[in-house]
Amino acid sequence: MDYLIHLAILFSIYAMLGITLNVLVGYTGLLSVSHASFFGIGAYGTALLMVDAHWNFFPALMLASIVGGMIAYMIGCVLSRFRDDYYALGSLGLNVIIFSFFLNLQTITRGPLGIPGIVRPNIGSFHFSENSMFLALVLCALALLWMFFHHVTRSSFGMVLRAIREDEDAIQVFGYRTHFFKLAIFVLSAMGASIAGAFFASYISYIDPFSFTVNESVFLLALIILGGLASHTGSVLGALIFVLLPEALRFVGFPQEYAAQMRQLVYGVLLIILVLYRPRGIAGTYTF
Amino acid sequence: MRPSCTLQSAVKTFGGVCAVDNVTLSFPFGMITGIIGPNGSGKSTIVHGMSGVVPFDSGIVHIGGIALPISSPYDAYQRGICRTFQEVRVFEHMTVRENLLLMLAQRTIGGSLCEHTHTTLTKKVDDALSRVGLDGKQHEYAEKLSYGQRKLLEIARILLLDASAVVLFDEPFAGLFKVSIEKVREIILELKDQGKAIVLIEHNMELIRELSDHLVVMDGGIVLAQGIPHEVLSLPRVIEAYIGK
Ligand SMILES: Nc1ncnc2c1ncn2[C@@H]1O[C@H](COP(=O)(O)OP(=O)(O)O)[C@@H](O)[C@H]1O
Ligand SMILES: [Mg+2]
Repeated sequence: MDYLIHLAILFSIYAMLGITLNVLVGYTGLLSVSHASFFGIGAYGTALLMVDAHWNFFPALMLASIVGGMIAYMIGCVLSRFRDDYYALGSLGLNVIIFSFFLNLQTITRGPLGIPGIVRPNIGSFHFSENSMFLALVLCALALLWMFFHHVTRSSFGMVLRAIREDEDAIQVFGYRTHFFKLAIFVLSAMGASIAGAFFASYISYIDPFSFTVNESVFLLALIILGGLASHTGSVLGALIFVLLPEALRFVGFPQEYAAQMRQLVYGVLLIILVLYRPRGIAGTYTF
Repeated sequence: MRPSCTLQSAVKTFGGVCAVDNVTLSFPFGMITGIIGPNGSGKSTIVHGMSGVVPFDSGIVHIGGIALPISSPYDAYQRGICRTFQEVRVFEHMTVRENLLLMLAQRTIGGSLCEHTHTTLTKKVDDALSRVGLDGKQHEYAEKLSYGQRKLLEIARILLLDASAVVLFDEPFAGLFKVSIEKVREIILELKDQGKAIVLIEHNMELIRELSDHLVVMDGGIVLAQGIPHEVLSLPRVIEAYIGK
């Protein structure tokens, strides 16, 4: 039972990452390879505020998410001028840079040693230290995030995002300054990823830079492509597969030490099958 | 003289090719200015330049006596210039209705985040849809429409841009059947009656003769002739350059 709760918590965190990445990639058509870096900024921000400054989890989460948004804003001002391959390359470069900050700003982040001793959230004397309590909290966060981005994609703003994905030049003709829209969704997406990072840090209580590599960003892309682009349900399904697949592999009898490598392989094969037979992903509404 | 939208000394080169070579033209409000010319004579380049999609290297647009450079599509939109595309450019993976709602939605981030056009603004969209006969298709993805229907959808978008002052049509009739041609013709005439300056690029001579109040002939990036349509069309150099081919 405890193990199921552990999986459910991981699932919720990945679902948050999926939803927030999908608004950028699936809805707006911006192939961002930097999602893990904002996940990391949220995790580090929360961890540092809680461990070094002894902040409560909730204000730490908020500040970390605002910092994530501000960094996204500064980089997004440049990045939003690009599209297609240039956008992908630019965002990839961003992930590399932020990763190397985590790794090399040793006085703040303790570099490869990471930050241990991150505690669970609490409200007054009530501590979310039981995993089931933490799960309830993270599910609430997931639900709020889902509702928020559901609203965003259903609004006129969301419609403009899809138009940008379809034909950015054409929508500009009708008076939409697309770089502002691209910037806005980049910032919202980064803030959402930072929130997921906050929960991640608090849950596993120890973070190091290697959870926030370019590899992780690519993995998140695979997750939403598998689940389905431009669909919140798709993001959540992708997260479910991401979390359950290694379990399924272990269940059919792969030894623990190979399971990790097998996961990559099975993922690759799944993606190829999908691209060949169902390019929209499982619940997607759009093919890249 | 009628007030007009004027394009002054427009130049656009691609590599070594001068697609538009120091062109000055005047498009009076409430009139249709036809532009004809062989393929590659620079007609679409003028539309791209005036709409800011591919800005001119140099050149100024005067509207209502104010001189303005157009360096981006937003500049053009602000000045009331709108356009259609020669190769249809509707938003393929969005519904017909959404394609039209985009014309009416808020242009600012904050405004559009708080707006749900799906439930409001329905009347205007319904009207535009029925004008082009796409009422039945409003919930289909634009990619599912035939070529002619997508072309009509592009025209319907223009109907919803009330604030526009100058409308640039780049071959709106190309590839349309008779019934659709009639619909587009009516819409263009209606926009003209609203007092907008209409620029009509078209190869169909019958339509050009009938619709244009003023005719411009382009060839090799320059204005070969302009004036009253039937006079221009009977000039020997026009016949040689265009109709003779
Ligand atoms: N993006 C471009 N790159 C290079 N050359 C171009 C481009 N667009 C147009 N041209 C050239 O400019 C000239 C005018 O093209 P265009 O304005 O499209 O002609 P048309 O009168 O048929 O609409 C042509 O010679 C064309 O090859
Ligand atoms: Mg052309």
